[in-house]
Amino acid sequence: MSKEMISKKSKSPNLYPRKTKVQVTIIFALVLAMYVYSINFTAGQTNGGFANSLSNMGEVIKKFFPPNWSILPAIWEPMATTIQMAVIATTVAALLTIPLALLSAHNITTIKPLYYITRISLNILRTIPDLVLAVIFVGLFGVGVFPGILALIIFSLGILAKLFGETVEAVDMDPLEAMRASGANIFQVIYYGLVPQVLPQFTSFVLYVFEINIRASVVLGLVGAGGIGLTLDRELNFYNYPNAMMVIILIFVVVIIIEFISTKIREALI
Amino acid sequence: MDKNILPPKPKKSLYKKIKYTLITLAVIGIYVWTFLGIDINWGRAIERVINNFGNIIPKLFSPDWAASGEVASMMMETIFIAFAGTLMASILAVPLGFIAAKNVTNRFVGTLGKWVLSANRSFPELILAILFIVAVGPNAFAGVLAIAIHSTGMLGKLYAEVIESIDMDIIEAMESSGANKIQILFFGVIPQVIPEFLSYAIYRFEIDIRASSVLGIVGAGGIGTMIIFASMNRNWNEMGLILLAIIIVVTIIDMISSRIRRKLV
Repeated sequence: MSKEMISKKSKSPNLYPRKTKVQVTIIFALVLAMYVYSINFTAGQTNGGFANSLSNMGEVIKKFFPPNWSILPAIWEPMATTIQMAVIATTVAALLTIPLALLSAHNITTIKPLYYITRISLNILRTIPDLVLAVIFVGLFGVGVFPGILALIIFSLGILAKLFGETVEAVDMDPLEAMRASGANIFQVIYYGLVPQVLPQFTSFVLYVFEINIRASVVLGLVGAGGIGLTLDRELNFYNYPNAMMVIILIFVVVIIIEFISTKIREALI
Repeated sequence: MDKNILPPKPKKSLYKKIKYTLITLAVIGIYVWTFLGIDINWGRAIERVINNFGNIIPKLFSPDWAASGEVASMMMETIFIAFAGTLMASILAVPLGFIAAKNVTNRFVGTLGKWVLSANRSFPELILAILFIVAVGPNAFAGVLAIAIHSTGMLGKLYAEVIESIDMDIIEAMESSGANKIQILFFGVIPQVIPEFLSYAIYRFEIDIRASSVLGIVGAGGIGTMIIFASMNRNWNEMGLILLAIIIVVTIIDMISSRIRRKLV
């Protein structure tokens, strides 16, 4: 009896078919090979490779500490500029996104070509990183806050229009139809039927994009597009590491506070 | 008579009224502060754009094909940076995710772990890249480390959420039939979380491709190096080609990745 059971156990069917096992093994090997190659390729450029870099790290971190607290009042102003850039960019993007989102929602835009053109151009727009946009706008408008704001607007427009467009597509059309049937005009339908359905999500997305913009705008200055990144770039170029550390700490604290507030509001909204 | 057809509007409570007033005031305050504080030199910006528009925009749309070899090799480097960084992060994030999951450790450790991971995420990649450049020199490896550390934060948090949402009944059933901890981990937990872990890691790869394409701006390798040189030399034809390369590569990777992710979950 017991012998029979043991032999049965050893012949238990495989959980996964052979084909899946082979497939997974091949994929795993490919990923691993690509990883080893990438690491070798990138670490090959360092002096003395990985081990040396790590031991270097300790030395470098010492250089950054202690941060120079006395420059805090001086760097507060560029930090404020950074937040202001994000506020303006988010506001403008939020306003511009409404028509774009409606155009990229298939239940509102019944003209198919228009819908596809908006969709595709928004998709292309989203692939361009914010800093690349900033580099181009700095070339166009010169160094300053304005190219930074413009880059943030274009960048957040892509994200916001996609998110909001999807919300509009998920709207329940029945109340709108009912309102139309009982004689509401188009503005009443939009105001009483559509807006209440999408407003919480819309606000939440705008806050989310604001978070992204804050994080993006702190580095825009590295390419000359205004804000605290400019200060950081200058301190680093002068090898003034304690000052640079102070800038980094300030960025860190501000980003965390804004993210915390925004997350709390978004949780309350939805 | 006509007025009485509609039911009376519900009255708002005093608490809500105060809340809405305060929110409105805060928003107005932020805007006043913003518009008083920001200083845009419109005259100069308009003057510059009139002078530069003809020089830049047409050139962006006529890419300099002669540079395509260099752009392709730099784009490959960008992909390598993103790949190595993401894979490092997706492995590092597994133990961190387990620590930050409330049902694996306890409530306190879980919350603390998530806080640490969120804090980690708040460091922009470029700033991490700057720190790593100082440590390992201006090369692609600094980029890999920056991507890895930044992604670990986000992936760890997502992993923790996945682990928290697993079906605990299976674990209990295994426990009651006498499985030990390691067996529970391998046959109870891991099969449940693997598809979502993979899906998040692949999604993160999409994001990291975008991130690593700008790392070169601070000197951490990849196509960003070419971006910064092209803008310094005002070589907008080359910039056009770089932009085209980024758009194509990101689009292709997004498409592949979303197809794989749809299959996984």
